[in-house]
Amino acid sequence: MTDLKKTPLNGLHRSLGGKMVDFAGYDMPVQFADGVLKEHLHTREQAGLFDVSHMGQAALVGPDHETTASALERFVPGEILKLGIGRQRLSVLLNEEGGIIDDLMVSRPDTDGRLNIVVNGACKEKDFAYLNENLPSGVALERFDTRGLLALQGPKASDVLSRHAPDAAILKFMSFAEIDIGGIPATVTRGGYTGEDGYEISTRGEDTEKLARRLLDEPEVAPIGLGARDSLRLEAGMCLYGHDLNEEISPVEGNIAFVINKRRREEGGFAGASRILSELKNGPKKIRVGIKPAGRAPAREGTEIQNLDGTAIGEVTSGGFGPTLGGPLAMGYVKPENSAPGTEIQLIVRGKALAASVVDMPFVPNRYYRG
Amino acid sequence: MTVKYTKDHEWVSVEGDVATIGITAHAAEQLGDIVFVELPEAGASFSKSDDMAVVESVKAASDVYAPISGEVVDVNPAIVDEPAKVNEAPAGEGWFVKLKIANAGDLDELLDEAAYKALVADA
Repeated sequence: MTDLKKTPLNGLHRSLGGKMVDFAGYDMPVQFADGVLKEHLHTREQAGLFDVSHMGQAALVGPDHETTASALERFVPGEILKLGIGRQRLSVLLNEEGGIIDDLMVSRPDTDGRLNIVVNGACKEKDFAYLNENLPSGVALERFDTRGLLALQGPKASDVLSRHAPDAAILKFMSFAEIDIGGIPATVTRGGYTGEDGYEISTRGEDTEKLARRLLDEPEVAPIGLGARDSLRLEAGMCLYGHDLNEEISPVEGNIAFVINKRRREEGGFAGASRILSELKNGPKKIRVGIKPAGRAPAREGTEIQNLDGTAIGEVTSGGFGPTLGGPLAMGYVKPENSAPGTEIQLIVRGKALAASVVDMPFVPNRYYRG
Repeated sequence: MTVKYTKDHEWVSVEGDVATIGITAHAAEQLGDIVFVELPEAGASFSKSDDMAVVESVKAASDVYAPISGEVVDVNPAIVDEPAKVNEAPAGEGWFVKLKIANAGDLDELLDEAAYKALVADA
């Protein structure tokens, strides 16, 4: 326990009664006094504040946008060259076999030649090592290890943040801006990992607690732990790296082929392109789908998925209970012929076959601010 | 009526030859919000330490073991319909099953309240 890393909010979490666990090598709150269920519902109804400072923040720095964007495009299948100033995009870092090393957010600040990235906390060391090994000379990786990162999520997030920074209200979904929040310099993106409207706010580490306390002082805001973060993202149909995505799974299999933008599909030229372009053309061997159990029993990660004949067709990769949905939900991989929404399947839970069906995701509608 | 405990955080309340069984407040708190309960059928028989019921919180699934051997004479369907009752009243409305005690000697191996409190305090 002694070697766990701490975020700038560690003392605040403890003073708020956070139940602390080891997450990605960090001492993090899995829940606060209210518990996962209430924290989840609070986020969907009001606004929740999440500490995501364990995530890896960095910038790629080159002489001009074209050089930096081209360097990154070698490892991600997204359109980075034409990413506008002040825009953000979800992408994936690929290995040469087309497997996903990590999923990441890429945003373009207005300083020419810079791209900001945010990667998963559990993956950041391998991601940064991979980039450092493979980036061309002239493009450097600059880590922001001491910065803090907060996520403010929920239908009241915009009202709350706008009280401290009026510019936040007009920022659109998947946009990026440098904003002064009552004297605290911050880089803010609109979006998040809950399916709700909201923001991710990066500040200097020494300012993070001050900003967190200011936001928690607002009546709509409650602190939210990692437990609700997981149930919220699951209802939103979003992948958790290391569970729903890994180094063997391609973005086509992961059902996130939207990260492969049009020009990249035509031109290729990214790690693993031959496999990925072939899967786009011919279909993948398996694909991630949403799963709704018919009964009340949750099906957890690792649960076998069968067709109605009792033949194994895949496995659950994330599953649990959706507080907003009011019942169990899961995602997992099945063969493409079993992937159409409405397909009846069965889940083997404690030796019993439970009825379930393939469903569209998200399980709970997204409510992003598109301006 | 005597209440005894197991080191797996179950309580066993004995009245005549019937034991009412539930999970302790400590267990309910550790599990967090309970969202699913699976109970055995009345008439089913269990040997001590068998898997008897399942309780799932938002976070994870846990087995509830038979703390003693016996036959199920009653179950509490209210916690199947409303699993949150287990969090609200683990020692009351949140009971799980009633077992007809097969072997009174099993009760001697359970913890008394002082021993259980000491166990939780050390955890």
